[in-house]
Amino acid sequence: MKNKYSVFSLIKNALSQHENWQQAWGNPEPKKEYDAIIVGGGGHGLATAYYLAKKHNLKNIAVLEKGWIGGGNTGRNTTIIRSNYLWDASAGLYDHALKLWENLSQELNYNVMFSQRGVMNLAHNLQDVRDLKRRTHANRLNGIDAVWLNTEEVKKFCPIINTSPDIRYPVLGGTLQRRAGTARHDAVAWGYARGASEMGVDIIQNCEVKGIKRNGDRVEGLETTKGFIKTNKIGVVAAGHSSVIANMAGLKLPLESKPLQALVSEPVKPIIDTVVMSNAVHAYVSQSDKGELVIGAGTDSYVSYTQRGSHNIVEETLKAILELYPIFSRMKMLRQWGGIVDICPDASPIISKTNIKGLYFNCGWGTGGFKATPGSGDLFAHTIANDEPHKLNAAFNLNRFVSGDLVDEHGAAAVAH
Amino acid sequence: MFLINCPFCGERDQSEFSSGGEAHIVRPKQPTELSDDEWAEYLFMRKNIKGIQFERWNHVHGCRKWFNVVRDTSNDKILSVYKMGEKPPVNYK
Repeated sequence: MKNKYSVFSLIKNALSQHENWQQAWGNPEPKKEYDAIIVGGGGHGLATAYYLAKKHNLKNIAVLEKGWIGGGNTGRNTTIIRSNYLWDASAGLYDHALKLWENLSQELNYNVMFSQRGVMNLAHNLQDVRDLKRRTHANRLNGIDAVWLNTEEVKKFCPIINTSPDIRYPVLGGTLQRRAGTARHDAVAWGYARGASEMGVDIIQNCEVKGIKRNGDRVEGLETTKGFIKTNKIGVVAAGHSSVIANMAGLKLPLESKPLQALVSEPVKPIIDTVVMSNAVHAYVSQSDKGELVIGAGTDSYVSYTQRGSHNIVEETLKAILELYPIFSRMKMLRQWGGIVDICPDASPIISKTNIKGLYFNCGWGTGGFKATPGSGDLFAHTIANDEPHKLNAAFNLNRFVSGDLVDEHGAAAVAH
Repeated sequence: MFLINCPFCGERDQSEFSSGGEAHIVRPKQPTELSDDEWAEYLFMRKNIKGIQFERWNHVHGCRKWFNVVRDTSNDKILSVYKMGEKPPVNYK
């Protein structure tokens, strides 16, 4: 790497008032033609380009981003990373990602601040208890660490939780994945962008795709706001806008795009050193390194591309947070925002070829795509380079909606939707 | 968050309603005749439009009746409301 980051480079640059740091990735104009183009410069798209260049030796590639890199859902999520999914296919996919996370800072020479602080999922009724216990058994059969905690153990692990039996949704126990945790979302996009750019990938920002040029059943290139770009391989990683791009190629996808919200509080001293999720009451909370509480809410029930979300959703989430953590009752919320998430009927992603040659989709991550960023990029790169899925993403093909072989994680995976 | 003008009750907050998704997807008349592709199209594939969308809503915390709405999903503005069984307004595409 040309400008390897290390303690020595930090000292060297400190001595020159930090004025000589090199630009971390380039800002090129698009070429006339690429071997492959990735549409969408979020974490997943940049990771795809990185692994295409690194593992599949495809150097003449571009990432097109209509805004700035990492400005969509990559910069809008609550950064929770875990792999405790119920079904075998999902467990394989998400644990592959988790294993890549564990070495990602070293791999990219960029501190993604991956912190394995554990993720705890709470159970509030008997059915939750049964479902979550079943999931811990399924996880352990798949080699994923998971333990069941009773109410006292939950309280011991996270002392600020209100475990009184008198609350509306009492805590009857929970599951804990200790290898799970959080990471710094921007750093993931920036680290992959720097790594990809280093290997010759063109990262082109402020370049919106306006159309897909087809010749019969194969793609020929993209119409963009920076002109026509020729290519015969297009990988679309456009999250909430996947259907918009699909419509340009005359495809329909089994997706609905909905606003999902999050909010952060004013920064306070360390109070919660783990991630606690509760899908029954739609409330997730962790604390950032700056000290802000990071709180995730549910999705709106209707299709919308507004990146806002409804106030009643925030109100319901905060009600649940306050009942579970009475200590937060005087916290002030600083910022609230929304991202548009593309949800599949079975709440599992699509990493797949399509019936148009050279057109690939990586979408449908819904409310939980951040955790999969490295794995998603790795497997999508494999799919594009070989025109065949990797065995870990074979189940996540588009054809499953025709064959009926769904990976139904709705409610099964501690996913709240 | 927005207001919806229920054709039976008048203007109410969106949180009183539940969204029924894309409108005018006709249930197949002879389901047994359908191929797997046609079933997938009916069950799962959605236009998911960014822009003007025809959709169904139910006033679930009110009169509990279903009706249709024309809404711009890029800014949540409601352009028209019409009852079930009525033809969609032609001035939107």
